[in-house]
Amino acid sequence: MPRRNIEDYLKAIYDLSKNGQAVSTTEIAQALRIAPASVTEMLKKLANKGYITHSLYHGTTLTNEGQRLAEKIARKHRLLERFLHDVLRIDKEKVHSQACEMEHSLSDEAEESLCRFLKHPDRCPDDGKMIPPCNLQIESCAKCIQLHEEGLEEAGKHNQKLVAISNLKEGQCGKIAFIRGGRNIVQRLLDMGLTPGAKICVVRVAPLGGPVELAVRNSKLALGKGVSSKIFVEIESPTAD
Amino acid sequence: MTCHSCSADKESNQKGKRRLKIALAGNANVGKSVIFNHLTGLHQHIGNWPGKTVEKVEGTLQFKGYTIDIVDLPGIYSLSTYSLEEVISRKYIAIERPDVVINVVDASVLERNLFFTLQLMELETPMIIALNQMDIAKSKGIHVDIEKMEQLLGVPVVPTIAVKGVGIDKLLEKTIEIIEKTPEKKPAEVRYGEEIEEKISLLMDALKDVELIYPRRYVAIKLLEGDEEIEREIKRVAPQIAAKAKKLAAEIEKLHGHGCSTVITSERYEAAGCIARAVQTLVPPIKPTLGERLHSFTTHKVTGYLTMIFSLLLIFYGIFTFGDLTSGLLSDLLYGLEPLFRGAFGAGIAGKLVWGGVMEGLIAGIVIVLPYIIPFYFILYFLENSGYLSRIAFLMDNIMHKMGLHGKAFIPIMLGFGCNVPACLGCRIMETQREKLLAAFVTTLVPCAATTVIILGLVGDYLGVHWALALYLFNFLIIFLLGRGAFKVVPGEPTALIMEMHDYRWPHMKTILKQTWFRVAEFIKIAFPLIIVGSFVLKLAEVAGLLESIATVLSPVTVAWLGLPAITGVTLIFGVLRKELALVMLAALLGATNFAQVLTPVQMVVFTLVVMFYIPCVATIAALVKEFGWKKALTITLFEIAFAVFLGGVAFRLLTLFL
Ligand SMILES: Nc1nc2c(ncn2[C@@H]2O[C@H](COP(=O)(O)OP(=O)(O)O)[C@@H](O)[C@H]2O)c(=O)[nH]1
Ligand SMILES: [Mg+2]
Repeated sequence: MPRRNIEDYLKAIYDLSKNGQAVSTTEIAQALRIAPASVTEMLKKLANKGYITHSLYHGTTLTNEGQRLAEKIARKHRLLERFLHDVLRIDKEKVHSQACEMEHSLSDEAEESLCRFLKHPDRCPDDGKMIPPCNLQIESCAKCIQLHEEGLEEAGKHNQKLVAISNLKEGQCGKIAFIRGGRNIVQRLLDMGLTPGAKICVVRVAPLGGPVELAVRNSKLALGKGVSSKIFVEIESPTAD
Repeated sequence: MTCHSCSADKESNQKGKRRLKIALAGNANVGKSVIFNHLTGLHQHIGNWPGKTVEKVEGTLQFKGYTIDIVDLPGIYSLSTYSLEEVISRKYIAIERPDVVINVVDASVLERNLFFTLQLMELETPMIIALNQMDIAKSKGIHVDIEKMEQLLGVPVVPTIAVKGVGIDKLLEKTIEIIEKTPEKKPAEVRYGEEIEEKISLLMDALKDVELIYPRRYVAIKLLEGDEEIEREIKRVAPQIAAKAKKLAAEIEKLHGHGCSTVITSERYEAAGCIARAVQTLVPPIKPTLGERLHSFTTHKVTGYLTMIFSLLLIFYGIFTFGDLTSGLLSDLLYGLEPLFRGAFGAGIAGKLVWGGVMEGLIAGIVIVLPYIIPFYFILYFLENSGYLSRIAFLMDNIMHKMGLHGKAFIPIMLGFGCNVPACLGCRIMETQREKLLAAFVTTLVPCAATTVIILGLVGDYLGVHWALALYLFNFLIIFLLGRGAFKVVPGEPTALIMEMHDYRWPHMKTILKQTWFRVAEFIKIAFPLIIVGSFVLKLAEVAGLLESIATVLSPVTVAWLGLPAITGVTLIFGVLRKELALVMLAALLGATNFAQVLTPVQMVVFTLVVMFYIPCVATIAALVKEFGWKKALTITLFEIAFAVFLGGVAFRLLTLFL
């Protein structure tokens, strides 16, 4: 099975599943414009490789490994989109398909350089989706640039599954790994008790992409979507539902 | 200020006038205002910090022969430089050097509150802790060991329940005690990790000969954290030290893999958590408290929105029925004075000017503005202090964000439908200067009750309800577009919603009433002169027979561009005083109550459009001046005039094609 094929599938599932929900085969078939029968076939292979869990009734969800690969590819895709649009000034409509071609051949090293070169864009031109964080363990964009300037590349790869708070469900808990954002906003979040290592639980999620309410340090905090999508946590206890 | 002159001050204080300065500091919603009101009674003054739009609340109190000035500092979570409020508080404590800072601490959220306490201690100011909300802590099953807390912090702690007045006297006595006999026990010092302490001492050594406003250790820590204000200050006097601090900070970063400010803030929070865990024992109640259940209910995606809509409608109708009723009563009463004035000043020019100019302006202020802003302020404080405001912000953040505002802005905007004046004043609940301004701008575009009178009375009556509705929808569209536009144009970052959600609490009525009263008084001081002068000037123009010439001067705009009768120029000017006057005057000047005889349908629509947008009325302008100063108030006013005229002209040309 060719690598780019796997990557396209994982990316499609990743894009379709909001908050880690399961995705149905029909949805995947529609997104990839492939017959449902072939999709089912392919999903079985992916499940065998350990990238997804798949069942007829519950649909498809990514495993940690699958999630990691999908995030990686989604990140490359989105960075490329930005690059094509912002730097090469290619039309918005065309960047998506072009990025689809290029994402599979972009090395990890090139990806990190691109991230720095673009000064850490948060959104893509064509769909406004978030760029998953690069997996250097750094707590803000400013840090990423600094690290590079000081030649501190050994900040260490980081292999836990990191999720933005905005992607957590009500009742899920996690430990803060890092915060991405400008100095001011990072300081403000730290001051409110959201320091790396602090434990948070999501109490409420307002509907339609509204803010989330967190329990942190024995108090409750509401965070707008703009900030909650910039705080990344290691999920602690998987929800039992 | 050097230390020398400071201690000299203190001595003269004690021998001479015995005047003391005390500041209340702490997180938002911990009970500072309630304590402040207990201490100061009716001797309060509300103004702004010099040159800033942050509210400054001061009061005085007599106690044991001392005259004590008390300042209620803004509610903040940290002493970094994130917000204006934080900078103001920090500078106040360091430069003004209050004799004692009373740190009000919410016993039910101890860890977060102590984080702030530790920062106050780092400022090395004499302080005392009011451990407030003991009743709430108790209901949450939290017991605090006061003695242990005093021991660990090295700061006196007085438990209080501010809403019941419990512990306030003791707090005051202990405060005086601190001033009279400097306590032997020094406040504890927050100790950071060895590697950080090492760098702090290095920097403290380097800073030995530099004159500083802040304590030396504090400056050293803040330099490592990369605090903007302090870095700038040190760069000016000793650039090599700033550079050295940068290098040391980089070393810490290398060690921890996190930014230095992150490391220090984390450690400070750890220290706060450590103390909190050491002094409190927690026996959580088995059943969720009423407040918690109410919280779940009011933030739920169905019941939350339903409750919100219901309560907002209730508030809206409450304010406006109350306003209408009292407004009617007051106006009957005040207009009853007319014969008296007429008798005293005669029916000549003097009489006209005194009654029609000064008195009618005053009456307009009393009758139109006060009946609405008094209940409005009261409800706003009720919502804020009970905690419901933050739930509304939580639910509405998403929608308001599309206009670049965060959820809290929903409240003033909604209230703008009644009257723009309280709505503008209500924008003070927003966090940054920029957000306050944006919200106020959007609010002035909301059609208020008086505008509604015109929309319904002219367009609705003569062209049909669907036209009125269309105008409303058009208004919303414009609000949205201009709001978005302003959001792009006004410099600065949009602030994201980062808000503590407090437990629900029953507000302290006396405090709210006082807060309402002092805000209203403040408003009267600024707005009434403006309203009265405006009304007087118009009357003067009328008496001098200038109205005709004004109509002629304005005719290029009104007649040529907008296609309206020349006399509308005059009525539009009257509309500045009170928007519905634009219509009332139109009837008077055209000598017709059947507008269909004097205005074509197109003219009606154009006229209404212009009235909807052209200017915030004089009381709203006064509110803008109060909150933002003359320059911004004028900019908004002029922009809206230009915009309304432009829109009216375009509408005139387009509509003539269809109607
Ligand atoms: N139950 C209870 N409520 C309190 C206490 N102190 C303050 N409150 C309430 O907490 C809310 C916030 O108080 P406020 O003084 O406005 O807080 P500030 O923001 O620090 O000025 C108000 O509704 C008060 O009535 C207390 O000791 N017990
Ligand atoms: Mg207060």
